[in-house]
Amino acid sequence: MDIRFEEVGYTYQPGTPFQSRALHDINLTIKDSSFTAIVGHTGSGKSTVLQHLNALKKPTSGQVTIGDRVITNFSENKGLKSLRKKVGIVFQFPEAQLFEETVGKDIAFGPKNFGLSEEEGLEKARELLPLVGLDESFMERSPFDLSGGQMRRVAIAGVLALEPEVLVLDEPTAGLDPQGRKEIMDMFYTLYKEQGLTVVLVTHQMDDVATYADHMIVLEKGTVMKEGHPRELFKEAGWLSSMQLGVPSTVRFAHELEEKFEWIFDPLPLTTDELAQQMKDKLASKAGEGL
Amino acid sequence: MMEKLIFGRYIPGDSFIHRLDPRAKLMGAIWFIIIIFLANNWLTYVLLTVFVLTAVKLSEISPKFFINGVKPLIWLILFTVILQILFTSGSTIWFRLGPIVISQEGLLNGVFIFMRFVLIIFMSTILTLTTMPLSLTDAIEYLLRPLAAVKVPVHEIALMLSIALRFVPTLMDETEKIMNAQRARGIDFGEGNVYQQMKAIVPLLIPLFVSSFNRAEELATAMEARGYKGGEGRTKYRQLEWVSRDTMIMVAFGLLSAALLVLRT
Repeated sequence: MDIRFEEVGYTYQPGTPFQSRALHDINLTIKDSSFTAIVGHTGSGKSTVLQHLNALKKPTSGQVTIGDRVITNFSENKGLKSLRKKVGIVFQFPEAQLFEETVGKDIAFGPKNFGLSEEEGLEKARELLPLVGLDESFMERSPFDLSGGQMRRVAIAGVLALEPEVLVLDEPTAGLDPQGRKEIMDMFYTLYKEQGLTVVLVTHQMDDVATYADHMIVLEKGTVMKEGHPRELFKEAGWLSSMQLGVPSTVRFAHELEEKFEWIFDPLPLTTDELAQQMKDKLASKAGEGL
Repeated sequence: MMEKLIFGRYIPGDSFIHRLDPRAKLMGAIWFIIIIFLANNWLTYVLLTVFVLTAVKLSEISPKFFINGVKPLIWLILFTVILQILFTSGSTIWFRLGPIVISQEGLLNGVFIFMRFVLIIFMSTILTLTTMPLSLTDAIEYLLRPLAAVKVPVHEIALMLSIALRFVPTLMDETEKIMNAQRARGIDFGEGNVYQQMKAIVPLLIPLFVSSFNRAEELATAMEARGYKGGEGRTKYRQLEWVSRDTMIMVAFGLLSAALLVLRT
């Protein structure tokens, strides 16, 4: 399911003295089965874009096409539910959305709203718990007794239970320890790879963008500045820092090596593995020359 | 929904009214609500209207805001006005149908009630639009201070007020976030019958309460860590300063009250 933005603009509180323009002239396409990263400085409009992806907000100008539904300023609120089932959003600090008595019921809450029975929902919860790294013993526990990281996992399972075609993640690893971070990101990546899920990731972690994403959109002051493959965009470290963004640690290290030893990395290494492999090749050829 | 709410919001500015001492503004607004009940004829209402319009002008805020402030209450106002018109008996009767009588006195009463509502709303809107919530709590704390003599915990009330005011926007944001998260999980807020609508509130209320509890605990810890031990022996960072223009405003209110007492019939 493709999601397409055409000339989208959004203004908060239009017609009041508190009005502020959050988005303007946004054109972008999120392709089916892609892993798109949306990056940008704080206040660049990332979260507002995100809320357009399942019609929580309607554009004040332009149109958003989600699958075969077109959302404009004048679209009715009827029938948005089926849309929301297809596009699941994991909001920032999703643990704040837990409310049921047990973990199982909370995960089953979403599916129940979309017409499944309580039993089917609980069954789904039982299947999902191992996927997010918890075991079945959590089913009957209260979500409020869990640790922050465990609550986060339950909340994510609650969104996955909707079986969305598009999964939108708003800084899913903010505030987690490095281990939990990696586990959760790997889990999303597995879903993307194995189930052909479309993933949209909003993040400040450039390392995550480099490791997982195949498309990258840079937002600044409410509009799209650039988009493309992370490998292309990370070449322009200077431009990125003018957008108050950084490059992944691998790219930074590669740039330092380029300066110091006049090495040329082509293609630009994005992951540690790629970097290590290229360095190994270069050292090997150097050693060959030396002999 | 909440975006439309103008009443109770502060608009930064630097007008004559903005610069007044919050105590003067608060006392003025309360005093105005009391003396408006003195007015009972055309002359007194015209006087009050001129007074309020002058204040609106001095606040340098677009009149649109004040009209927006009246809008949410317009049905309540009209309801009261219509009741007044229909059920006031008088000597000059224009229309009669069973117990319903429309008299000249009734119509006049209706108009006066309408003006009373609008003037009170305008006056309190001036207060909230031109005064920062925190200055307002400072003013309330100051004006309540005499009550400390009769063991009213004035400092605690003021502290709670200022914390509450500080967290209103934070909680509104939080509400919006949780609403969005639950909407994304398939909840329709404000749809279906009353029972369904009430049920939809639960997934919003529980997380909101839980997060308030957590927030309260964190805030209390942070306050203790910074050496807060209660009201005793504290100094104030924000000092209120009463200057001549504040006295002037009080004098203006005094003159207005005197004029009303003279002119009322």
